[in-house]
Amino acid sequence: MELDFSPVFSGWRNLLQGAMVTVEITAMALVLGCIMGLAVGIGRLKPERRAIYALCTSYVAVIRGTPLLVQLFLLFFGLPQFNILLPALVCGVIGLGIYSGAYVSEIVRGSIQSIDRGQMEAARSLGMSYGTAMRTIILPQALVRMIPPLGNEFIALIKNSALVSLLTIHDVMHEGQKIISVSYRSLEVYLAIAAIYFVLTGLTTLALRRIEHRLRAGGMVQ
Amino acid sequence: MNLTTPIVHIQGLRKSFGSHVVLHGIDFDVQPSQVVVVVGPSGSGKSTFLRCCNGLEQPDSGLVEICGHTLTNAGKMPEEEALNRLREDVGMVFQSFNLFPHLSVLDNITVGPRKVRGVPRPLAEEEAMALLEKVGLVQKAHAMPASLSGGQKQRVAIARALAMRPKVMLFDEPTSALDPELVGEVLQVMKLLASEGMTMMVVTHEMDFAREVGDIVVVMDAGAVIESGAPEVIFTNPTQARTREFLHAVLTRG
Repeated sequence: MELDFSPVFSGWRNLLQGAMVTVEITAMALVLGCIMGLAVGIGRLKPERRAIYALCTSYVAVIRGTPLLVQLFLLFFGLPQFNILLPALVCGVIGLGIYSGAYVSEIVRGSIQSIDRGQMEAARSLGMSYGTAMRTIILPQALVRMIPPLGNEFIALIKNSALVSLLTIHDVMHEGQKIISVSYRSLEVYLAIAAIYFVLTGLTTLALRRIEHRLRAGGMVQ
Repeated sequence: MNLTTPIVHIQGLRKSFGSHVVLHGIDFDVQPSQVVVVVGPSGSGKSTFLRCCNGLEQPDSGLVEICGHTLTNAGKMPEEEALNRLREDVGMVFQSFNLFPHLSVLDNITVGPRKVRGVPRPLAEEEAMALLEKVGLVQKAHAMPASLSGGQKQRVAIARALAMRPKVMLFDEPTSALDPELVGEVLQVMKLLASEGMTMMVVTHEMDFAREVGDIVVVMDAGAVIESGAPEVIFTNPTQARTREFLHAVLTRG
C-alpha cells in the first residue's frame, strides 16, 4: 500500500484554520473551566456550609459521571426543545468548560487541602479573615502544587475538544474529515490530525514546565 | 495578690474532642506583664488550653476574656469579625513555626499589618526591620524561610506575631521542634520580650526558662490545672504528688 499525503498538503490551509479554532475553543473552555474549578473546589472545602457543598458535589458527580459527548449533545440538540438555541461555538466552549471545571475543581480542592493546616492557623492568628488568608497565604502555595495535575487536565481538554467537531464546529478534526470526504485518504489525514494535536499538547507541556520552573526558581516551592 | 484587672480571665473552660474530654473546667487569670509558664505531661491539654485562648479551638463551654475581648460565653463563639479583632491583639507562636514559605522573611512579617490593618508597605517594612533587629535577623530580611535554620525560623515567627503589636503573646511549645543547640537563641528573644513587660503565656518543657523567666508556673495534668504558683514554690516545694512525679521525670531527663 502506498501512502499519499498530497490531500494533507493541498488542504494545509484548512487544517491550519481548524487548528486555530481548536486552540480558540480550548483556550476559552480552559478559562471557563479554571473559573468554575476554582469556585467549585473552594465550595467543597467546608462540608458544614451544606447548600454550597451539596451543589458543588452534585455538579462534580454528574459531570464526571456522564460522557462528555452526551453533555455536548444535550447542549446542542437538547436545549433547542426549550427554544434555547446557542451557537455551536458557544455550546462547545460551555460544554468543554463545564466538563473540565469538574476535574479542575478536584485539583483545586486537593491542592488546597495539601497545604499544611498550620498555614491557615498562622494566618488566622494574625487576625486575617478566612478569605484574606485563602487569597494571600493558601492559594499562592496551592497554585504551585496545582500546575502538574492542571497540565494533565489541559492536555486532556485539548484532545477532548475533538468532540466538538460533531457540533458542526470547524475545528481541526472537522476540517480533516472534510478533506477525507473528498480524498478518501483516511490514514494520511488522521495521521496529520494526530500530529497537529501532538504539537499542541507538546507546546502546552513545555509552557507549563517553564512556568513551574520559574515558580521554583522564585522560591515559591519549598 | 495583685489587684489590677486581669488581662486574661478564664473561667470554667471545657473542651472535648468527640467523647475525649481534653479540658475539665479551667479557671485562670493572667495579670498584665505576667509571664505564665504552662507545664505538664504530654496529653495534659496544655496546647488545647492555649489554642482556646485565641479561638483556634472552640471551647464547649466556659468563658475566656482576653485583652477586653470576650471569646467564649457558654460555648458560643463570637462573630468572625470579632474573632479577627481579638487575634490582632493576641499573638501566637507555634511549635512548627508555620512561616509562610512563599513569602520572604520581610513579607512574612509585614503581611499581617498590611492585609489586616492596611498599613502601607513602606511603614510596615520599616517596623519589620526594627523587629528583625530585635530578634537579631536583619541580615535575613530578604531570605526565604526555607533557607533559615529552625531557630531563625522561630525568631522570624516571633517577629511576625509582634508586628501586629499584640497585648498578649501565646507560645505553643516554641522550642520543642528545635535542635538542642538552637533552643537558646529563641529563649533569649522570649526573655527579652518578658523583660519589656509583654504578657506571655508559654507552653514549654524548658524548666530552666520557667524557673528563670516565669512569674507563675501552671502545672496541668489530664485536662486540669493541678497546681499553680511562683516557680520557686512549684519547683522546690510542690504540694501535689503528680507535680513531683512530672518534675522528677523532666528534670532527670538527659
